[in-house]
Amino acid sequence: MYRYDEFDSKLVNERVEQFRRQTERRIKGELQEEQFRPLRLMNGLYLQLHAYMLRINVPYGVLSARQMRQLAHVARTYDKGYGHFTTRQNIQYNWIQLKDVPDALADLAEVEMHGIQSSGNCIRNTTSDQYAGVARDEIEDPRVYCEIIRQWSTLHPEFSFLPRKFKIAVTGSPNDRAAVKVHDIGLRMYRNDAGEAGFEVIVGGGQGRTPFIGKTIREWLPPEHLLSYLEAILRVYNFDGRRDNKYKARIKILVHQVGADEFRRRVDEEWEHIKDSALKLPQAEIDRINAYFAPHDYETLQDQGDLLAEQGKANTEFAAWLKANVANHKVPGYAIVNISLKSLRQPPGDMTAAQMDATADLADAYSYGELRVNHRQNLVLPDVRQSDLFELWQKLASIDLATPNIGHVSDIIACPGLDYCALANARSIPIAQEINARFQSMDRVHEIGELTINISGCMNACGHHHVGHIGILGVDKKGQEFYQFTLGGSSDQNASLGDRTGPGFPADQAVDAVETILNTYVKIRNEGERFLDTYRRVGMAPFKEALYGPA
Amino acid sequence: MALLKNGKPATDVFLDVSTAETIPPDGAIIVSLDQWQNSAAQLRARKEPLGIVLRSHEKPAAIAEDVQKFAVIALDFPAFGDGRAYSSARLLRERYKYQGELRAVGDVLLEQLHFMHRVGFDAFELASEDAARDWQIAASDISVWYQPTSDGRPHALRLRHQAAGDN
Repeated sequence: MYRYDEFDSKLVNERVEQFRRQTERRIKGELQEEQFRPLRLMNGLYLQLHAYMLRINVPYGVLSARQMRQLAHVARTYDKGYGHFTTRQNIQYNWIQLKDVPDALADLAEVEMHGIQSSGNCIRNTTSDQYAGVARDEIEDPRVYCEIIRQWSTLHPEFSFLPRKFKIAVTGSPNDRAAVKVHDIGLRMYRNDAGEAGFEVIVGGGQGRTPFIGKTIREWLPPEHLLSYLEAILRVYNFDGRRDNKYKARIKILVHQVGADEFRRRVDEEWEHIKDSALKLPQAEIDRINAYFAPHDYETLQDQGDLLAEQGKANTEFAAWLKANVANHKVPGYAIVNISLKSLRQPPGDMTAAQMDATADLADAYSYGELRVNHRQNLVLPDVRQSDLFELWQKLASIDLATPNIGHVSDIIACPGLDYCALANARSIPIAQEINARFQSMDRVHEIGELTINISGCMNACGHHHVGHIGILGVDKKGQEFYQFTLGGSSDQNASLGDRTGPGFPADQAVDAVETILNTYVKIRNEGERFLDTYRRVGMAPFKEALYGPA
Repeated sequence: MALLKNGKPATDVFLDVSTAETIPPDGAIIVSLDQWQNSAAQLRARKEPLGIVLRSHEKPAAIAEDVQKFAVIALDFPAFGDGRAYSSARLLRERYKYQGELRAVGDVLLEQLHFMHRVGFDAFELASEDAARDWQIAASDISVWYQPTSDGRPHALRLRHQAAGDN
């Protein structure tokens, strides 16, 4: 993985000291909250319902065991002993004290982490495929380009006061695990007819109040032009994005209002001027970054299908975990292990300091000391020997991190909701936990099959409800929490926005509604057909009738 | 308001008439884009230095042909969060090769000075009581830059490859 050199370290350390001085001025009263607000936001510090919240970037979801231990240390020392992994592959601490923030940031800087640009109207942490570098279907490692974008976007002098926040996602695989079509910019790598790798550039996707699937504005972008083309997009957005209404300020609204063709024309016009400027990436720089992501020194092993089948036969729980949580690795004899942060006993994405430490130890013992965070709020051990899987599973189970539900009904994305967030209209976490409790039979969970449920506590859609196979949106109706449902959303390479079922349900009927939808699906599905595919085949009618009675 | 130029307090010799109804017959003035477009001939004929202020929605392309006529170009920040003038500044310096004074006016805070300087501003109109001290803080806080801009500062990419002996 990428390691800081003298330049990266210096920048982050200088930034910590800068924020320490600013915080001291705030505590002494030399700065008022109004003046301090933009400064703290530039460093990832929010003021929430009950306390400050500190958001720390996990660049494109890649974490070392050492970094994970430091995250545990911060949770234990400055917070209430846990942290929350988010849909943007970051971690949030929800109970931090202002006076402790500079020390926490200094501790994190020691392990090459920070909160710079984790909030504010700037370019946020670039996100990617949690299987980057180990996926069988990968064309090139997207982390190389994510790191190049990370550096280019960090403290970018021109783009630190954009109309609104800006999120870039990169996938290096045709099977999109990074949701690139619902980002401000999505980059999809593929090979052209000449066998060269380059990017399709997708712009203007997003969720929130006005969701859009992104539009392709460039079919083919050679990597050497990546930064100049991004700079052209950002400049057009910086000039032309709306600033009169923060709900219409994202790039998706601009692209929608002027149309993809006109937007492309403006970008190309700008790009012509800067295409061959100092932003053109020298191959030496691509190679330099690429070297950080060189494959591990893998052993020459055989796939262990027989052994795993035998172990699975002897232990059905292990078999269920193997089926749901373990994915194919590009190297024979290895596997990718997903760690579910969706147990019944913790809110989605939460992890205790003890679990973080234990997971760091497991990463050291079984996966070259590396971990990943994915956008569905789970973790990944990317490089596990298949012969170690059973032992690893036992250890994960002992710390409640082996729930075999990845990609299934109880693997729910949920925003923090009204339990933490000042913007929320309704709670998200309790609904997620009730659904999880209702679907405790893993036989039934696996019988239902591949499914995503995404829950947001308000229309800002931090819980990605628009792109859940089943989306749940919490609303406030005369002081009461109601939950509206959407069906048929997806954030993969065939991304789609869900359709509303109809009126919402009060909190005590929301889980029943999920059950009704799923019972209907099980009744009408074809053999082996996923929920999403059944919905796409039959449409809303049978679900609507099951939920609301005959029309 | 204090004017800071090249890091030092400076006296503002320009009178900002951009919102005035009439343009005084002589003296160094700063006009609006409207005034420039409506009275270009008269303004060009003046002996004294001329400046222009662009509001944040006014793109510098509008004065691309004329930049060398201006002794000062002021770019307005109506609120610190309105970042359009950062792009305008880069275009003026990098594309239109403007070499005169580029002044940041409006809601200009200490924390922005660093970014502003990097995109090409060399003068700032600050509300602060101690603008020179503000500049000292802003200019010394961060010393690493990743992006190539026209401010001439060595950026990390160049330094790394120099160190490695690449071209």
